[in-house]
Amino acid sequence: MSRSTKKGPYVDPKLMAKIHKLQASGNREVIRTWSRRSTILPEMVAMTFAVHDGRRHVPILITENMVGHKLGEFAPTRTFRGHTAKTAASTQVRKI
Amino acid sequence: MARISGVDIPRDKKVDISLSYIYGIGRPTAEKICDSVGISRESKVRDLSDDEVTRIREFIDKNFTVEGELRKQVRTDIQRLIEINSYRGIRHRRGLPARGQRTKTNARTKRGPRRTVAGRRRAAVKK
Repeated sequence: MSRSTKKGPYVDPKLMAKIHKLQASGNREVIRTWSRRSTILPEMVAMTFAVHDGRRHVPILITENMVGHKLGEFAPTRTFRGHTAKTAASTQVRKI
Repeated sequence: MARISGVDIPRDKKVDISLSYIYGIGRPTAEKICDSVGISRESKVRDLSDDEVTRIREFIDKNFTVEGELRKQVRTDIQRLIEINSYRGIRHRRGLPARGQRTKTNARTKRGPRRTVAGRRRAAVKK
């Protein structure tokens, strides 16, 4: 179920402070954050966030389409590169 | 023949059931339509007068997105998710369920028929 509109979108207060500071200073620095649960607000558009994926910070440039989603949606936490393929070598060993 | 919202020609069935043949209209919506247009749900489509059919048609056109337009809307919504590279978009791209369902088993609707991977059969190996 989605969040009540009465409460408004959730953004980590700490992250919000960083955003305001960056807006005030006017430069385009990357904001490092662990706050995957924060909603993307319209004022974040065109900013770059480095969102933590559990291992490293994934840089994400916010576009207009992303407003309303959470930061974490853009930094996948799992790496799955497929199962090990059946190579010729591995099959031969098993047949003996 | 009752033609509502494009190509749908349901007939010989009760109005609420018949309306649910339209993409984007299920039973609850169909029942709502009948009630607000003032047609008994029990009456069959073939017994409807032209005027009643017109009223249903206009009510749907005014209040609901159905058929092609709805399909288009769904498609663009998914397209958007894919373009912004969100988790849900990635899941759609890979043809996997997007709402956190398990994929160890099941999820066959989304993933299609089983494709067996790697040798699972012991007997074949131990010759």
